[in-house]
Amino acid sequence: MINNVVLAAEVAASQAAQMSWLVIAIPLASAGLLLLVGRAADKWGHLLGVTASAASFVVGAWAFVDLLSRPVAERVQDVTLFKWIPGGTFDLNMGIRVDQLSLTFVMLVTFVGTLIHIYSIAYMEHDRDRRRFFAYLNLFVAAMLLLVLADSYVVLFVGWEGVGLASYLLIGFWNHRLEYAVAAKKAFVANRVGDVGMIVAMMIMFSQFHALSFAGVFEAAEHASGATLTLIGLALLLAACGKSAQFPLQSWLGDAMAGPTPVSALIHAATMVTAGVYLVVRSGPIFEHTPAARLAVVTIGAITLLYGAIVGCAKDDMKKALAASTMSQIGYMMLAAGLGPVGGIFAIMHLVTHGFFKAGMFLGAGSVMHAMKDQVDMRRFGALNKAMKVTWLTFMMGWLAILGIPPFAGFFSKDKIIEQAFVAPEGQVWQGWVFGLVAMFGAGITAFYMSRLFFMVFQGKARWTDEQHPHESPGLMTVPMIILSLGSVFLGLILTVVKFDEYLAPALVEGHHGEPVMNAYVIMGATLALVVIGAWIAWSKFGSAKAVVPTLPPAADGLVRAAREDLYQDAINDALLVKPGQALVRGATKTDDDVVDGAVRGLAWVFQGMGSLVSRIQNGYARSYAATMLAGVILLAAIVLAGRM
Amino acid sequence: MTVSAYLILASVLFTIGTVTVMVRRNSIIVFMGVELMLNAANLAFLAFARMWGNVDGQLAAFFVMVVAAAEVVVGLAIIVSLFRTRRTVSVDDENLLRH
Amino acid sequence: MNNGLMMTTAEQFLFWIIGPIIVLGASALLFSKRAVLTACSVMVTMVGLAFLYVGLGSPFLGIVQVVVYTGAIMMLFVFVLMLVGVDVSDSFIETIRGQRWAGVLLGLGLLVVLSGAVFRSTFTFAIGTDAASNGNNAGAVAHLLFSDFAFTLEITGCLLIIAAMGAVILTHRVRLTRPITQGEMMEIRTKRGMRLTPPPAPGNYARHNAADVPAIDARGKIIEDSVPSALRMRGQVHNLRGLPQDLLEDKVPPTRRPDAAAPAIEAGTAGSSDSAGPRDTGGPPEPGDTAGPEVKP
Repeated sequence: MINNVVLAAEVAASQAAQMSWLVIAIPLASAGLLLLVGRAADKWGHLLGVTASAASFVVGAWAFVDLLSRPVAERVQDVTLFKWIPGGTFDLNMGIRVDQLSLTFVMLVTFVGTLIHIYSIAYMEHDRDRRRFFAYLNLFVAAMLLLVLADSYVVLFVGWEGVGLASYLLIGFWNHRLEYAVAAKKAFVANRVGDVGMIVAMMIMFSQFHALSFAGVFEAAEHASGATLTLIGLALLLAACGKSAQFPLQSWLGDAMAGPTPVSALIHAATMVTAGVYLVVRSGPIFEHTPAARLAVVTIGAITLLYGAIVGCAKDDMKKALAASTMSQIGYMMLAAGLGPVGGIFAIMHLVTHGFFKAGMFLGAGSVMHAMKDQVDMRRFGALNKAMKVTWLTFMMGWLAILGIPPFAGFFSKDKIIEQAFVAPEGQVWQGWVFGLVAMFGAGITAFYMSRLFFMVFQGKARWTDEQHPHESPGLMTVPMIILSLGSVFLGLILTVVKFDEYLAPALVEGHHGEPVMNAYVIMGATLALVVIGAWIAWSKFGSAKAVVPTLPPAADGLVRAAREDLYQDAINDALLVKPGQALVRGATKTDDDVVDGAVRGLAWVFQGMGSLVSRIQNGYARSYAATMLAGVILLAAIVLAGRM
Repeated sequence: MTVSAYLILASVLFTIGTVTVMVRRNSIIVFMGVELMLNAANLAFLAFARMWGNVDGQLAAFFVMVVAAAEVVVGLAIIVSLFRTRRTVSVDDENLLRH
Repeated sequence: MNNGLMMTTAEQFLFWIIGPIIVLGASALLFSKRAVLTACSVMVTMVGLAFLYVGLGSPFLGIVQVVVYTGAIMMLFVFVLMLVGVDVSDSFIETIRGQRWAGVLLGLGLLVVLSGAVFRSTFTFAIGTDAASNGNNAGAVAHLLFSDFAFTLEITGCLLIIAAMGAVILTHRVRLTRPITQGEMMEIRTKRGMRLTPPPAPGNYARHNAADVPAIDARGKIIEDSVPSALRMRGQVHNLRGLPQDLLEDKVPPTRRPDAAAPAIEAGTAGSSDSAGPRDTGGPPEPGDTAGPEVKP
């Protein structure tokens, strides 16, 4: 049942795989160089950053082509770089796993990452810290590549933390603004909560399996008890929730928009948030044996996709609406990843297509902001289709892709996920209905809020402020957008034609295609119908010639108000975690002050008292000392005499 | 009467010397008390020397005397220099080390 | 001398005579106010102990006891007492609360413990040192001292030297000013109109020639300076009863004496050589010199 290749890759690694550590090393070295050289590198730092990212892509492509040239059974290659933590009976190696899954990520990260790098040259042109920005971007890419290429959970964790660090640095890149610095801290703290899950998972693996490498853990997982695997699975899910902004750790994602827009594109498309999905898919052999943990993953995914969709409907901030949509789309991927190996394949496929169209849309949003003097309020946009033709068209491709309109990219990936959601495990038919309908309904909402965003920004009447004079962005920005929009249009089709699922499947545990509870074509039709309805409602309210969009948010009912407030996630976090945490800290401090310190002080007081009592013997009179000595002598003599009686 | 008579006498003398050290304040008298204690020990030494028919005890007493002489020289020198600086020979006044 | 467990009668006699004397002398340490008296009593104790030492068969140590303790150590004590002030009497008012009672009780306790140890012990047959001394106690001691205890003896010698040097260093006083030469002293005396000659010996022309009796000059006037200054400072000048009666009673009738005169003479506090001036030295007693020679202007 389990594909042996996944468990123990004992295939001799090819030269390309041997060299694929360069994929990580090049951007890492570039980041280190840019940070160490400092201002002297200001003139050429961005060029080095782009070159490093591109070089990383070239090496990755080489490894990818090499992989494709190998027979399917020999495509999973583990390369040990060096002995990292030698520990007697347990050695931990720093190594990379080159296989279909990791190389898919490598291609996505380096390609989209390079485009974002290029875009950033123009976007950050007037920022005096552009070199530092590129250093962080390179660090981000390097950390993400280490994460996906790792051959053990510990190495993965290094990349995991590196991603967290880089995201912290980038979200807070403009940290002279207090709210941006706070947003960075929020992302950092939320990620740390997830890290606890990761660490707990590794602890359980180490104590139960005595292994931390993928090969060792997956082999041991076959014989492990269900409870252990469920625990590991839930801990991994917590980690994934933190990194991928899934419910209930989703609150940081919206605030993460504080970073420069290319960072948002990078976080949402290629790196960071996809890490959680990668973790769940990579840990497939663990989740395979624990239906409970899988159900938890699916549930989290379903909740998050609805959550993100509802929040997205109410947001007027363009970037935050896009962030909500990311949350929702990652929810789709989570849901798919939790469905099993087949779902995992479509999760990765959706991740790739989403990486393209979401990156394209974020870059488009950045282009709009660039044109509108950093305005993000959609109520102040409108009718930008004439002023910014390239941005409009590329954004439209992304919009159609996320809606899932055939033949755009999203159709091929998202429709498959919805179809898989309707596949129920044996004896659990309700699951198929519940998650299938949630996914389908979510697609409809997605269509509404994405169309709302698109129409509010590009269609309708101009609601600009007086000083705004929209203009098209320079070529360095539009070219990456065009390339990404091409991906948004054709990638889904291409991946389907080249049978991406068959390519990826050997890297995952073997799954079986179940039958959905409804006919697949009915599902497709119903989904498309919902999408069209959602888009039509958005058109009638925000896009048509008759629609009037007020420049201030109108009064609304409770649900909309709640959605505008991110469904009160911050208030809930405050009430449930922050306030009790602070109270706990205050209590601990008080306990420390009064009880612990009190005990110490009390002890000191006792000894002080004893000391001052005893010090009265020390009166400075030699005669008193003589008397004391004599008393001691008499006592000793008496004891000696008594002992001899 | 045995050698114990001498020992009792030595004990009495030793006690007198001890009490002198504790009770008197004139450091010269206190010092004399110390000397008396040494002499009490010497008496005991000699009594035991006779009891064992051995001259070694006498030797011990001899050395005690020599050491006592040395001690007296230094001790009295200390008393004199103290009297010079503080104009007093009371042992109770010499408590500077306390502080 | 004594071969048995029991003392001989002669020894008992010696012990019971000398023992109480020793204890009596020693108890002066506890009860005597005057330090000199205490020192003398302790000397008696030391000599008594020397007797006992001889009785115990070590005449050598008995002699050493007399020479070292009585002759050297106790003399040193007396010297220091003189240096410090022979009249410094010890106050018996206890300053440390409970110290005296503690001392007495602890002393009793020590006595009980020590005598308890003695009484509880059984002593062997007293061998006596006759055989060991072989009729020559000093020789026996010397033989042992320079053979078995030679090294100890050397070390003790070192100790003595160190102690002597220590005493020298402890009592040494660094001179802070240049000493006044004889010529300078005479200059000072001339300038200040002080006496140039040495004062007459005490008791000169007086009825007694003790050190505390002031001399009388050729005109029958008392020369206060003749008494050593140490005695004058302590007020130990003799009360001048050695003077001829007429001189005292005729010239200075008690009724006409100023109040300060008699106490001044009695106490001997009046007059110091520095301020005495030539008035003391000469001049017949004036009829009107009612205040007597010791009264200062």
